[in-house]
Amino acid sequence: MNGVAIRASAHLLSAALFPLRPPVASTIARSVDHLYFALTGVTLLFTFLIFAFIFYFMIKYRRRSEDEIPQEVKTSTALEITWTLIPTLICAGLFIWASSLYFKDSRPPIGSTEIFVVGKQWMWQLQHPEGPREIDQLHVPVGVPIKLTMTSQDVIHDFYIPAFRIKKDVLPGRYSSIWFQATKVGEYNFYCAQYCGAEHSAMLGKVFVMRQSDYAKWLAEQSNGVSMAQAGERLFAQLGCATCHAAPTGGKYPGLAGVYGHPVKLSDGRTVVADDAYIRNAIANPGSDLMAGYAPSMPSFQGQINEEQLLDLIAYIKSLGAQESQATAQ
Amino acid sequence: MSVDVAELSSRSRVHYLNESYGVKSWLLTTDHKRIALLYLVSITFMFLVGAAAAALMRIQLLEPNGAIVQPETYNKLFSIHGIIMVFFFLIPSIPAVLGNFLVPMMIGARDVAFPKLNLLSWYIYVVGSLFTLYCVIFGGVDTGWTFYTPFSSTYSNTHVLAAALGIFITGFSSILTGLNFIVTIHRMRAPGMTWFRLPLFIWSIYATSVIFVLGTPVLAITLVLLTLERVLHVGIFDPALGGDPLLFQDLFWFYSHPAVYIMVLPAMGVVSELVAAYSRKRIYGYSFVAFSSLSIAFISFLVWGHHMFVSGQSIYAGLVFSFMSFLVAIPSAIKVFNWTATLYKGSISYDAPMLYALGFIGLFTMGGLTGLFLASLATDVHLNGTYFIVAHFHYIMVGGAVMGFMGGIHFWWPKITGRLYPDKWARLAALIIFAGFNLTFFPQFMLGYLGMPRRYAVYPAQFQVLNVMSTAGATILGIGYMIPLIYLIWSIRYGPAAGPNPWRAKGLEWQTPSPPPKENFDETPIVTEEAYAYATSPPERPRA
Repeated sequence: MNGVAIRASAHLLSAALFPLRPPVASTIARSVDHLYFALTGVTLLFTFLIFAFIFYFMIKYRRRSEDEIPQEVKTSTALEITWTLIPTLICAGLFIWASSLYFKDSRPPIGSTEIFVVGKQWMWQLQHPEGPREIDQLHVPVGVPIKLTMTSQDVIHDFYIPAFRIKKDVLPGRYSSIWFQATKVGEYNFYCAQYCGAEHSAMLGKVFVMRQSDYAKWLAEQSNGVSMAQAGERLFAQLGCATCHAAPTGGKYPGLAGVYGHPVKLSDGRTVVADDAYIRNAIANPGSDLMAGYAPSMPSFQGQINEEQLLDLIAYIKSLGAQESQATAQ
Repeated sequence: MSVDVAELSSRSRVHYLNESYGVKSWLLTTDHKRIALLYLVSITFMFLVGAAAAALMRIQLLEPNGAIVQPETYNKLFSIHGIIMVFFFLIPSIPAVLGNFLVPMMIGARDVAFPKLNLLSWYIYVVGSLFTLYCVIFGGVDTGWTFYTPFSSTYSNTHVLAAALGIFITGFSSILTGLNFIVTIHRMRAPGMTWFRLPLFIWSIYATSVIFVLGTPVLAITLVLLTLERVLHVGIFDPALGGDPLLFQDLFWFYSHPAVYIMVLPAMGVVSELVAAYSRKRIYGYSFVAFSSLSIAFISFLVWGHHMFVSGQSIYAGLVFSFMSFLVAIPSAIKVFNWTATLYKGSISYDAPMLYALGFIGLFTMGGLTGLFLASLATDVHLNGTYFIVAHFHYIMVGGAVMGFMGGIHFWWPKITGRLYPDKWARLAALIIFAGFNLTFFPQFMLGYLGMPRRYAVYPAQFQVLNVMSTAGATILGIGYMIPLIYLIWSIRYGPAAGPNPWRAKGLEWQTPSPPPKENFDETPIVTEEAYAYATSPPERPRA
């Protein structure tokens, strides 16, 4: 009865003044909170103990006369070892807990829905592979793992969704990724959490978590009929990429079918997987990681196309992987 | 009547303050005690500039849409606040003021090993400060004190170079001060002053000096590289020029994390002195406390990556840095336990410096424990870049380092000036500072967990109540800092004479008159006992 009353009044208080905890809206949010509560418990316990001892000693051993000289207390090595070992064990436990939680969720599940994020001073552009583009808004389906592949057009930003307990820096010149699976339909804030200049504090937006059927409807409504891969195909033609890279290439230039996601041999002997980062770099700095057997004849496209266009081109090259990989094999 | 006699003797006696007069005698002095006072005046001035910036920030955040300034101005305010408080106040505070004043006296020397170099350090500090003040007056800088690239190297169009140059120059002041202390502590100890008879303040200053000498050059190199990229467009950090922005963060934090310990280690040293003096006991576990200072200095160089858990650093690097960060918590815990145990069966008095020392222990405990949230990978992902970070490091920097500095200033003020300050006012101010501090920064932990990012000039309305609480706390804190400024200045002229050892404390510095003679001691002291030997040879009641 009493507990209910306390909980109710705590609830009222927090509703009246401020919330005590951010919304819990992703698969990892609860487990992160549990660790947070455990850490809070450790903090409160030790803070209380230290303050209690200090106050107790302050009162019990207060100076009673000006000339009082206390006896020496010999340092006990056993005590020193004890209070070295206790925090060591607590730290070891917390380290293992926190690290395993982090590792378990560090990679997106296979088959996650991919959405692309481009940060620029001072807005977020979000791109769905099916075509819809959003600014400072992100619509996602509930209950589906979503992988965000992110890059920046200028300085370092950071994509942060407190309700999902995730955050990652968004860097120029490379792709970083995070993933989440929303558990509750609703609207949640996202923020830029890495200081990025004048309007940093205006670089925020809202995630709309929708029922899966609503999301499908939303996608269909928003779509202008051009997917990222199709937009990439147009660019491929416009920028003249097709002149050299369209199949058949005659062996002078590398063909692009079946390249995505497969290992490629480089001229310096290394073998790397042609992932998003590799293809981005091959377009922006073609000379740097040259494929074995080809001359460094491609011009750089850095500065001529923006990050969204790069993502479209990558989507196009990725789409070539499935449809034409047999053609190259022959 | 008795006071008058002491007063008379302190006036008639020749000491470091009255042995010569005039501006020149101060600006060309090589006396470590006068140099300490030159530093005290300069860092207090810089503190006031940094505090003014903080005050404006807190007023701005009273309203979600920003109460007084545009975001551009707010960004400059937090940049200036961070740059000044870190590089021009906290880093030099205890080492350059109390360290300069006390290191030679505590080890029984007449001065530091290189007195002229010591004066040069101060001039270098002043030149660095002038660059920074130039930057503040003529438009400011908006990169934050962290100068992250490529924002600072390519995008910001404020006075980045002036600010970086100011810090670069001041770095040499740190290096020279550190070098001076290391040589002084090795070479100039009085006969009988063995390593394990040194006061713990000396151990912590020694550990700090090692970080000064090893860490500061890395910061200098980083700032030179930043300048090269900004001025000559050499691609080092900006990916558009072929650079790597994470390289900057690695280099910056390689210095700036150890720098946190530059700020807090000396405060730990001060607290050891205060706890011993006001409980009249030898510090419990002396050698454990001494070696924990050295191990903190060592481990501090191996934890920089915990600032970069969400930066795109490899997850395996994250694992190692998380482990090392947990490890650095342990020597810190050992210190807290030993200070607390020192109180056991002591004879504890509640003079103002002791209140600061006990405040330090409590607040440092909270600051240290909340550091575990940030060493933990899974929770750091949520808390990094939010107000939780701001709260955590202010608990360490203000609750720790500034509390230690205030405690130290109050403890040695009678030695420095020969005067006592009004004790009641001092205790009241210490309590006001403690209360104001907690009201300012505790709500920020909650803001961070709720998800409010730091460095926001405007913010969603849901965060307002906690921000108003924080500003209310800052107001109280500001008043708390003003009170000592007034009564300490008052005491220089009107305070009663202190006598050589008003606290009946152990330590060589208390065996010489206040203010000390120019050479510190009339005769070189010979040390025959361990530090804090209260039980075996207690100091006598001050003679009236």
